[in-house]
Order: sequence, then structure tokens, then C-alpha cells
Amino acid sequence: MDDSTAPELVSLSLTVNGRPCTVRVDPAATLVEILRDDLGLTGTKIGCDRGACSGCTVWLDGEVVASCMTFALDAGGRSVTTIEGLARDGQLHPVQQAFVEHDAMQCGFCTPGMVMSCAHLVESNPDCTLDDVRGAIGGHLCRCGAYPNIFKATLAAATTVRQRKTRGPA
Amino acid sequence: MSASDPREERTILAGIVGDSLRSVTRPIPAGEPPELPPNAELRVIGKRVNRVDAVPKVTGEARYTYDVQLPGMLYGRIVSSTVPHARIKSIDTTAAEAYPGVRAVHVLDRILSIAQLRDPSVEADERYPLVRYHGQPIAAVAAVSMRAAKAAAKLVRIEYERLPHVTSLEAAMQEDAPVVFPGPTEQAATAGGGGAAPNLPQEGNLRGPARGGLGGGPRGDVQQGFAQAEHILTREYSTQVQTHTPMETHGLVADWRDEELTLYASTQFVLSVRDEAADVFGLPKEKIRVFSEFTGGGFGAKFGIGNYGALAIHLSRKARAPVRLMLDRREEHVSVGNRPSTIQRLKLGAKRDGTLTALQVESFGTGGVALGAGVGFCHSTMYPIPNVLTEHYDVFTDAGPSAAFRAPGQVQGIFALEQALDELAHTLGMDPLALRDKVDTNDADDARARKVERRIGAEHAGWAQRRPPAADPGPIKRGLGMAQSQWAYIVHGTTSCEVRIRGDGSVAVMTGAQDIGTGTRTIMAQTVAEELGLRTEDVDARIGDSRYPAGPAAGGSRVTSSITPAARNASYAAARDLAARIAPHLGTKPEEIVFQDGRVFARGEPDRGLSFADAVRKANFDEIVHRADRREDYEGYRAKLGDLHISKQALGGVQFAQIAVDTETGVVKVERVVAVHDCGRPINPKLIESQIYGGVIQGVSYALYEERHLDPETGVQLNANIDQYKIVGSRETPDIEVHVIEQLGRQSSTDARGVAEPANVATAAAIANAFYNATGKRIRTLPMTPANVLAALRADDRNDDEEPA
Repeated sequence: MDDSTAPELVSLSLTVNGRPCTVRVDPAATLVEILRDDLGLTGTKIGCDRGACSGCTVWLDGEVVASCMTFALDAGGRSVTTIEGLARDGQLHPVQQAFVEHDAMQCGFCTPGMVMSCAHLVESNPDCTLDDVRGAIGGHLCRCGAYPNIFKATLAAATTVRQRKTRGPA
Repeated sequence: MSASDPREERTILAGIVGDSLRSVTRPIPAGEPPELPPNAELRVIGKRVNRVDAVPKVTGEARYTYDVQLPGMLYGRIVSSTVPHARIKSIDTTAAEAYPGVRAVHVLDRILSIAQLRDPSVEADERYPLVRYHGQPIAAVAAVSMRAAKAAAKLVRIEYERLPHVTSLEAAMQEDAPVVFPGPTEQAATAGGGGAAPNLPQEGNLRGPARGGLGGGPRGDVQQGFAQAEHILTREYSTQVQTHTPMETHGLVADWRDEELTLYASTQFVLSVRDEAADVFGLPKEKIRVFSEFTGGGFGAKFGIGNYGALAIHLSRKARAPVRLMLDRREEHVSVGNRPSTIQRLKLGAKRDGTLTALQVESFGTGGVALGAGVGFCHSTMYPIPNVLTEHYDVFTDAGPSAAFRAPGQVQGIFALEQALDELAHTLGMDPLALRDKVDTNDADDARARKVERRIGAEHAGWAQRRPPAADPGPIKRGLGMAQSQWAYIVHGTTSCEVRIRGDGSVAVMTGAQDIGTGTRTIMAQTVAEELGLRTEDVDARIGDSRYPAGPAAGGSRVTSSITPAARNASYAAARDLAARIAPHLGTKPEEIVFQDGRVFARGEPDRGLSFADAVRKANFDEIVHRADRREDYEGYRAKLGDLHISKQALGGVQFAQIAVDTETGVVKVERVVAVHDCGRPINPKLIESQIYGGVIQGVSYALYEERHLDPETGVQLNANIDQYKIVGSRETPDIEVHVIEQLGRQSSTDARGVAEPANVATAAAIANAFYNATGKRIRTLPMTPANVLAALRADDRNDDEEPA
């Protein structure tokens, strides 16, 4: 690139979906930009690019963040989980499976972000209530209006996670 | 199909399943498959099947236009006007072109998707298109990175000669208001609607009156009708500008090659993208290919290439590289569509027993620099009122263009009409439902559906326990209200489906449609699976390629009504073809072959049959291909506007809203909505419920929160983002109960109709009527913000109703 006025690219190492990777990034780049443009992980969406729609939600060291409001460099040495990394060994996460069964989507553009927040909720609080679900996605926007099914799906997934925890690991 | 095709009279059971099935006779074209029984007797259609593309959506694999990455792809960035009304004196792109990483800069020489001067010579000496709103696209830059494109776009120097501007509907109607267009204008409708009747008078910013429209012209004599009335109610209503705000912004990826132009579009109609690109760039349609795998919402605004798309194509042609140009959130709010605001004056005349004698409507709406700000067709089509006169004026303002938005016009019109009906009922001492029973009597499917829907809705909403207005003594007042819905039953004329049974037993169905989130692939696959005795997931449903057989526009609730009959007829032909080939192997006649539960067998002998795949292998062919067009409805249409075919039947729907009004703060909360709808034969209740949830939620959002705010001084939209343009989120979502009836209209081989628009039409009116029940006061201004609510609560309720008799 002959972008001579651009700042010098710097090296960034981080773990994405369990895989260590190193990319050269513009210091001003956001996490969502490097996920999508450099790593090709386009499942994470940009809806507003100012932290208002939560379409870009990922996990950073296990906590939900808006990746459009996170500098890529701030993810250095840390672990990022994106929607592409949620399913394990070809098995959908219980929230993903419940979203499919309850049709918790229409156009699907907000879905990856919704799934990341709802999956975080059921993992951290399998006893979550409807109010907890409303709160967990309070910063997400779904313009198609899939909320009623997102509520049902997340509560159903929480039940699955609870049962798994009671039964212990398979 | 034409009227001259041979037909046979068939007598079929039609009507509402579980309520009123009766025998009807239909002139059915030769070769049409046998009519389907009610859903209870089917195996795939009518079942709660999972969306076939749900897994790619929950795993992030679904590829939207925003996600398209091509080798050597550049990033496009638009340069927009920073003033609301101006002549452009000069544009200097030198610095932008010299910026490192920039590969092309293009300046627009015409503006699409807005009204056009009837006589362009009025402005012919202008070098650049006039600026008529803040945020109008002027130019664009393509660069190797988004960062470089953004930096270079800032370097484009534009010199303006400012002109006076006007941004509000009321101000633009003043006699001395600045004029947005210097002469009369025209704007044709897109496939999604919008546009306006041609050749209407235009004075200043007012264009009209338009009388009639989709509902037909004036009817009877309103003066006579009012003379017969025993009660006349005259009211004014106003509604705000709402923006579409799809989660994926508008955008296009353009890849210009000498041999072919390839476009990846976030669109509601791939063929409109191809056709507008062909028109603007003078290309044969065959040299353009459009892909649209997934579209992140549209709601009416995503048709054609738009200015952003034209810019992307120009940039790709200049740079000789693919260009992705996606709007940012501000550009999305400002420049690619909105639902126009309105002022509506309704005069409704009735007898004391509720009989409606006359309805007169004068309406004004502004779609900014676009036409099509009408208030729908409900006034003429919903109730059999003998005397109707509607006069609508489009009012130009220096604001971004409107576009069709989920039930364009009808949402605004019904907000007023259904409140007027409710008010009339109270004035006459009638139950609002009893008034509807009395007046909702058209001989049409929508009226028949609403009759049943009122009963179901009343039962589930607890209508019998409804209290008198303002029954709560405290500051929080609860109420229950209802309103009725209506939308046209639309078929997209040019629709084809192709079904392929391959030699390995796999089955595919394809059409050049797209999916904005309704489940297009799923309903296609279900229809084919039903016919071939397979499961939905056994059918590979393909859409999103302009090279497939022509598919319908996803606008106006017409995808399911258009695609499923074509898909069924194509799969029926494929099934009969396969039956003829396999019958000898099963020792029977082709007409005795049954496809069921993944098996192929002679009628009555399921045990002797074969699996579908084995039957295909035994028949030993490479591929069976059958294609069918969407035939015209058996009884024809009321009107055909190009490919938009409008039935004499319509879609109904009734909604009940329970709300709480905090009379101290003016905050309204919608607690519960019962939505009862019809969509012909429901193909997939799970997906239908999703759409109805969405329609209700958008209706609540429109009623309570959404409003575009333009600064009158600068023309800048002050809330062109997602945090300040408030939309219903998880915390405001009410408890929604959906009921769907099964209505067999017997006009096509599937009886399927749409539901997206009717689900959105009645909500705001139902909430407004609940507001009256809660508070004893009317709210005739949207949105129901605390300021508007407190004003309504304080308003003097005296009216000038007339009681002439």
C-alpha cells in the first residue's frame, strides 16, 4: 500500500477463537475492522460503528464487548471469541441451536451479536429470567423485531445449560 | 396464462377453515394441479418448520453484501452536501485524487430516487445537480482502504451558492416558502411502491390534489352523503417522519469488467438492481449479473441501485477494480428513504345506528425531495362507504427522499381512519367492535377474515372485561383498544420457478428472488417438499441470482403469494414426469403414483414402494427440469400496474393493544398486543409469527418513539444514528400474542398470501384507541412522546361535531 501519510503499521498478536494470530495493523484500527478485513471473520457485523446497536459484539477474555468501540491494539495478548468460534466440534452452542428452533431471527444481520450476548448470559447465569435476557440485549437493536423469539430461545438455552451442569460433563 | 387459455370449472371448498368453508366455482386453467386440502391434511405446508437458512445466520456464515470481499477490492466513500439547498459553483477533486491509496473519484451528474422536473430545461444550465437537502450525495472516492477513502473524501472541495431552504411540512405549505423544485415534477413508482400519479398540478411546493389512487377515484357525492348523516365528525391527525433503519445499511459491490458487470446487492429485488444499472449505464441486461445471498433488512427502501450504487459502479469502471460501497449509519437515515410525515383532515358522516354515509379526507404529506407521501387506499377499500372523496397533496421540503415503507401510506391513513371510527363508536354509544361488525361488510376476503379475527381477538384480549374510559383513579391509567388492518393482496406478475430432480435423488428449486428476512428459501422448499413427499431440508432452495428464472420483488407482501404457486406447479410437473418414468417399475399407471414421507409407491400399496432416491435411480435419468410461471389468479385482478397485480381480495387483520399511560410524566408503555391475522393459506406458522411480531414491534416503535428531527436552520438531521433515533428494543417489547387463521381463497394453486404489511398497519391506531380508553382523551399526533402525550391530556376536548338531522 502506497499510503505514505498513514501511520506506521504495528504488529499485533492475539488469540482469535483459540488460534494465536499476528497481524500488522493501523494503530487506529478497531477490533471489528481487523476481525473482518484482516482475518476474514465477517460474521461479526457493523451496524452503527459507534457502540449503539451491538451488532459487533464479541467476547474479549470471556466478557462481551462492542468490537467497533475497542481498539485492535487493546486486544493484544488477549483472547477473542467471535460468532465463528462459538460452535464446538461442529456442535452448535445451545443458544445457537435454540435460536434456530425458535426462529429468533429474521434478516439475521443482528443475530451474531445477539447470540454472543445471549450465550454469555446463559453461561454466566443459567438461572437467568426474562428480565435478565431483556437486560443482556438491552443495547442490541433488531429492526426486524425478533425479540419475543430471542427471549424464548435464550430461556430455552438456559434450561439446556442448566441441565448439562446438573448432569455434569458428558 | 391469458384469458383465452382453456379452463375448466371446478367446484372447491373455500373460505375460513374451522369457521365457514363453502363451495365455490372457479375457472381453473388447464393443467393446474389439484387444489390442496386444508393444512391439517398436509405434511409439510402449514407446519412449523425451522427456517432453512437459520444455521448460517446463527454461525456468522451467512454472507451479506457488507461481507463481500473480492480480490483487489476497493472501498468507496461518499461525499455529501453540507448545505440543504444550493447551486454547486465548483467541485475540485484534485487533492482527493492525489491522496495516497485513492484509485478513483467520481462526481454524480444526475440524482436518482427523487422527483424529477417535468421540464428539465428549467435547470438545464446547471453544471452539477442542484443540492436540495443536507446530505445529498455529490461524489465518491474509491481507495485501497476505508481509512484512505474517508480521508480523501474530506479533501473534495465544493463551492456552494446557497439558496433559501425549508424543512418542515407546515412551513413548506406557506405561500412565501422557499420553493424546492422550480417547476412541476414527476416520479414513477418503484417496484416497492412510492411515486405519484402523473400530470398533477403543482404550485410552489404543493403537488396535487391526487384523488383516489389504488383505491379508485372519488365515489358517490360526499355532500349528499353528509346531508344524509346524523352525526358528522371532523378531526385532524398528524404523523411524523420515520426512517427505515435496516440493520445492514444500503450498499453495493460493483465489479465492472469489459465482458460483464457483476453486482452484489443488499436489495429487496435483484432484478430492479439489474434493470436500473442497465438503464443508467446503457448496458444490455444480459451483461449484468446481480447476486444477493442475504439482505440485512429493507422494509421498502431497498430497490434499484440508488445513487450509492451508481457511484459504486462508476468508481469500479474508472478504477478497473471491484468497489464495495456501503452507507454509514448517518447516510442511511438521511439519504435512502423514510416514511413521509402527514397532516390529515378527516370528515366522517354516519347515521345514529352507525351506518357510514360519507368520508372526506384532505391530506398533506412530505417525502422531502421525493413524491409518494399519500395516506393509502383504506378510505375507499376497507368499508362500503357510499360517498368517498380523498384529496392528497405531496409537499416538497429540503429533506431526504422518502421511499416505500412497510404498507406505504396505509399505516398513516389507518392511524387516522381507525381512530375516527373508534371516536364515532363512542359518540354514538356503540361498542367499537359492534360498529365494525355493522360497517365492515364488503364482499371480500379481508372483511370476511376480520369478522372472525375480531371474535378471536376480543376473546384473547379480554374485551368483555374492558372498562369505561379513564377508569383508573391514580396517575397510571391502563386501557385496551383495537384497530383493524388492511393491505392489498398482491401478486408479482413475472415470477417463475425451476425445479430440478437430479439423478442422485437430490432436488433443487430456484428463482431469482432474494430474502430480506421473511424466509423465502424456506417457503419454496416446503412447497416443493410437499409435492414430492420429501422433508423441507431435502430440498435445496436457491435464490439471489439474477440469472435464475425471474423472481418477485420482496415488497408489498407478495413473495409467498407469487413464488409458492410457481414452485408448486413446477414441482407438480416434475412429480408427474417422475411418476411416468417410475410407474412401469412399480407395475402401475403414472396417475396412481404417490409421493409421501420420502417414499414413492402405487396408491394403496405403500409397502411395495421405493425410497425417493431409489425411485430416481431406478428411473435412471440425468436430470428432470421443470419450470412454471406464476399463473394469474383464477378470478383475475382489480388492477395491474406493471408486474404489481392487485387482487379484488385483500388482506385483513385485527389488533388489540393494552397500554399504561403515566399521566404525570407522559410516558406510555404498551404492555400487551393481541394480533390476529390472515395470509390466505399459512405456509409456515413459525415464520408468519416472526413477521407479525416484527410488524407489531415496528408499529409500537412508530407509535411511541421514532421521529426524524431536522434542524430548521441548517437542514441537518439531529438524530441520524441509532442511539438518538429511538427504536423499540428488548426492554420496550410488549407481550405479543399472535393468532393466524387459515383462509382458502382459491385463487391460486397454494392459496398463500402475504402478511408483512398488514402486521404493521393497525398497531399505532390500536394503541391510540387504547390511549383513549385509558385516559378519556384522544391523541391524534404521533409519536406519543411525553410532550405530545401531556399536550393531549391537557387539550380541550370540545369539538365542533355536527348533528344536522
